[in-house]
Formats: sequence, C-alpha cells, structure tokens
Amino acid sequence: MSHWDKYQSTEKKATRNGFGDGLLEAARNNPDVVALCADLAGSLKMDLFEKEFPERFIQVGVAEANMMGMAAGLATSGLIPFTGTFANFSTGRVFDQIRQSIAYSHKNVKICASHAGLTLGEDGATHQILEDIGLMKMLPGMTVINPADYAQTKAATKALASHKGPAYLRFGRPDWPVFMENHTFEIGKAITLKEGKDVSIFATGHLLWYALEAVRILEAEGVDCELINIHTIKPLDESAILDSVKKTNRVVSCEEHQRNGGLGDSIAQLLAMTHPCPMEYVAVNDSFGESGRPTDLLDKYGLSIKDVVAAVKRVMAR
Amino acid sequence: MKTITELKQIASQVRRDIVRQTWKAKSGHPGGSLGCADFMTALYFHFLKYNLPFNMEGQGEDLFFLSNGHISPVFYSVLARSGHFPVKELNTFRQIDSRLQGHPATHEGLPGVRVASGSLGQGLSVAVGAALAKRIQKDPSLVFVLTGDGELQEGQNWEAIMAAAHYRLDRLVATVDWNGQQIDGPNDQVMSLGDLDAKWRAFGWEVLHANGNSMEEVIKILEIAISKTEHGKPVVILMKTIMGFGVDFMMGTHKWHGVAPNDEQAQAALAQLPETLGDY
Repeated sequence: MSHWDKYQSTEKKATRNGFGDGLLEAARNNPDVVALCADLAGSLKMDLFEKEFPERFIQVGVAEANMMGMAAGLATSGLIPFTGTFANFSTGRVFDQIRQSIAYSHKNVKICASHAGLTLGEDGATHQILEDIGLMKMLPGMTVINPADYAQTKAATKALASHKGPAYLRFGRPDWPVFMENHTFEIGKAITLKEGKDVSIFATGHLLWYALEAVRILEAEGVDCELINIHTIKPLDESAILDSVKKTNRVVSCEEHQRNGGLGDSIAQLLAMTHPCPMEYVAVNDSFGESGRPTDLLDKYGLSIKDVVAAVKRVMAR
Repeated sequence: MKTITELKQIASQVRRDIVRQTWKAKSGHPGGSLGCADFMTALYFHFLKYNLPFNMEGQGEDLFFLSNGHISPVFYSVLARSGHFPVKELNTFRQIDSRLQGHPATHEGLPGVRVASGSLGQGLSVAVGAALAKRIQKDPSLVFVLTGDGELQEGQNWEAIMAAAHYRLDRLVATVDWNGQQIDGPNDQVMSLGDLDAKWRAFGWEVLHANGNSMEEVIKILEIAISKTEHGKPVVILMKTIMGFGVDFMMGTHKWHGVAPNDEQAQAALAQLPETLGDY
C-alpha cells in the first residue's frame, strides 16, 4: 500500500442509508427540518425519521408533483423540507414543479433522490435515470450534490440542513464501499484523495471508488494519477479543478450518468473557456440502461474499473 | 373592514387598474382578471389578515396563493391598493426591469407574492404545503388559494385535492374561478370539467357555491367559508364568474382571455368603470 493510500474499505453500506441516518441527525439538531416522502420511506431509509418525528413526517402517497409543490409551501413558512423518492421521480417527472415552485421561487427545499443511475439494477431503465444531474444543474440557483459513499452522503445530508436555497442530493441503492469517513464535507469544496502529475481524474458518486481502484492499478504501472472527488457538481469547485489540470494537462471524468449534461460536461465547459486540454469521459454514452446486477451493468455500459484505466491510457496517448 | 359601498368602489378601481395595466403593456390577461376583481377585493380588503411590510414567512398571518398566475393584473392591483407596494408601480407591468412580471414571481422581490405561478396546476399543492406548515408551527391562521377552472384539467390539482382532505386541512379555503372559458373556447368544448360539485365532494371537501360578480354574495360566501373552517374538512368555493365582468364588450367570451385592449377599447372600457379612487 502506498503512503497516500488510506482509503481501505472494511464494510459496504448503501448511500441511501447515509441519507436516512443523516436526515435523522439533521432533524435532531434542527426542529425546522421536515420530511416528505412519496410512498418510499423504507427504500429511502426515512422510516427512522418517521418513527422519531411523526409530526414532522409527511407521507404524500404516489404523487410526486404534489410533493414538490407542498415542499415549496412548507419552505415558504420557514420550514426546511427534505423530499424523498427515487431520482427519476425526483427530477424528470417533476421538472416543471421544481423549476417554477422551487427554483424560480427561491424555496429552501432539499430534493433527495435515491436509486439514481444504473446501480438501481434489476428494475431496469424505467427507473435508472441517467439524466438527473443535467436536469438539475441547468436550473439557476440549484445546488447539485452526488456523494461517493455512505459517510459522505450522511455528511452531505446534514450540511444541506444548514444550507440556504434549493438543492438536489443524489444517492443510490446498492451496498458500496465506505471509505470517505475521515473527510470533512463542505458543499462546493472538492476533496483530493491523491496528488499526482500525469493525469487529473475527477470522479463523483459511486464511480469514485472505481476511480480509486483504477488509480491503484495505474500506479503499479507507473502512471502518477491525481484523484479528486467532485461531490458538488454545482457550484463547481473551479479552482480545485484548474489547479490540478494546470499541473497535469490531462483529464478523465467519471460518473454514473449520461455523458451529456453530467459532471464531465461541466468540467469540459470550464476547461474550454480557461484551459483547453485532452479529456476523456467515463460515462454512459447516449443510451438507456437495462435490467441486471448493478456491477454487471456498470461493466456493460463502460463504467467499470478497467474502463477508467482505459480512459486514462487513452488520454495519456493524446 | 370596509363597507360594501367602499368595497364596490375599490373593485371598480381594481378593474380600471386591470384595463390600464394591460393597455399600457399591450399584453396580459384582462378577462379572468376582471371576473375575479370582486373576489380579490373582498379577500384583501375585508377578510385576509396580513401585516405590512410584507414578510415572506407570514407567521401569524393568513396566506393567499394565486395558482392561475395569468390573472396577475388583478393580483397586482389589489396588492398595490392594499399597500404592499406603490400604486404607481402598476405602470411597469410587463416592462423590462419591473417587479411586475407577466406572471407573478418572487424572483424580483415583489411584496405580496409568495410563489411563482403561471405554469398551471401548482398553486393548490403549494397551499396544501403552507397549510401543513401552519399546523406544524401551531399557527391557527388560514390559507387561501385561487385556481382557474380550465386549470383543473391539470392532474396535479387532483393530487393536491386528495391530499388536503387526507390531512384534514380544515384551515384551507380554495376558490375556483368558474367562468367556463379557457384559451381555446368554453371548458365544455375543450375538456369538460363534469360535475365539479360532486367531484370535490367525493374527494372529501366541503363545497360551497357563489356568484363571484356580486360583492354582496362574495362577502357572504367568504363569511360562510370561514365559518366552515376548523370542521375537519378543507373548504372550496365554486365561484361562478363572468370573464371580463364590468366591461360589456369583454364579457362572457374567451376572446379576451389573453388580449389587451387598444387605445380606443381602453377608453371605452374605462368609461364603463366611472367609480375611481384615483388612477396611478
């Protein structure tokens, strides 16, 4: 193990559990925190909150549009509503409700979205949204966060309770390595896991673990990667990205999302305007997902550890 | 609290403001605005309990949400005339750099507006959330919301209607501006609303009816609606209005839904609304 590598994972835990635990702590710390859920309290681990704070838990049934409007109304009165449903029903289904009643109206609503991306698995493409980051980051004033593991999701949830303004928090279904528990979380502040001089790898969400595994493989092959966790896609930590890229002049972005509209797009836009250089994407390329085991789907759609390694090699060769 | 005579004078001025705003802007929605002038006047000058200067959270105050945001001219007029912002600002309706956007918004900080509306079908949900917030915050104030009738074709309304009854939000008073018209024609031709009374009742609401273009009836029905609050059910007033009421050539037709009067038409309209408190 290299001197930098303190990211061993001894347990696997889902990011949605991080949300459930974080929400409970946020509610204990702040009586204004309320939660709405569209018939998925168990799936989002909101049952912990429901049990301890029944008077602040609002079950809305299978009615996501109404949930977003209700959240806007609750926020108007000074409460801090956290909405919970799957990522698909948190964004695409209710885009106009979010746009008008929440984002344009500056409501302090936290849109919390589970089961994002391919790792939702067997339920298939109807539920595997890969466009949600793009939809949410396009809205003026919307903060967009995609944490990497259980610990970071818990920290992000708590941070959002004291953040003012509309925000989108994206997390997922599968058990996943926990390895970020020793990092403090600050919205909009990237975290460098490893410094390096050959290539800058920027990863968000579940793909950070895969990027880390890829960095280990590449290091053994003599490639000195810099690995940075961009948990906040908007506002983007532009200075962290530019400081790294000015050193390496090679970029790989990794995310469980469409290439169009994701983290990579945000980075590419920044670099096109300030520091153009070769870049490769590890992302879904204009495709829907399908049913299958989460890790098998990541392999099939080009989001595996070896895909990260290959992307680094491609960008090194350019 | 105002007398009926005073309220009628204010409603006449509100109608003048609607005509003059849309005339100046050469755009906007005079039809629905004129139809709701009596209701909005009665609500803001006789019933709604609010503080000035405007405070977004409205703790201890009654709240009003406008769901059919296109009738912004009547909303802006009653807000200005009730002291939320200077009356002369009505002159900036729909102009660049104005706080009076085509559809109401909070973005420019216009006092009196608590949520953006215009994309239809969302206001009732917001009002349900606000009523729940008041319950959580142990604030016994009321929440009012106005929706259009064509707007009820948006499915989100029925989610909100179901939810309000489920939560027994009995300090929530909705009003439907039932003028029977929408952009492409009468409701019955575009998409029938069916038996609205039976539908709201079946969803678990207390349903009231009124003629929305009689100040006496509007006051009476709002008194009844408020007396029906805190009885375990949300309350809805199905309020029959005539689109364009007060200006004969605009009345009863969808053609004045979203068309502004020209110079000549504005003059003719104002001549039919002689009672004034002073134009801006």
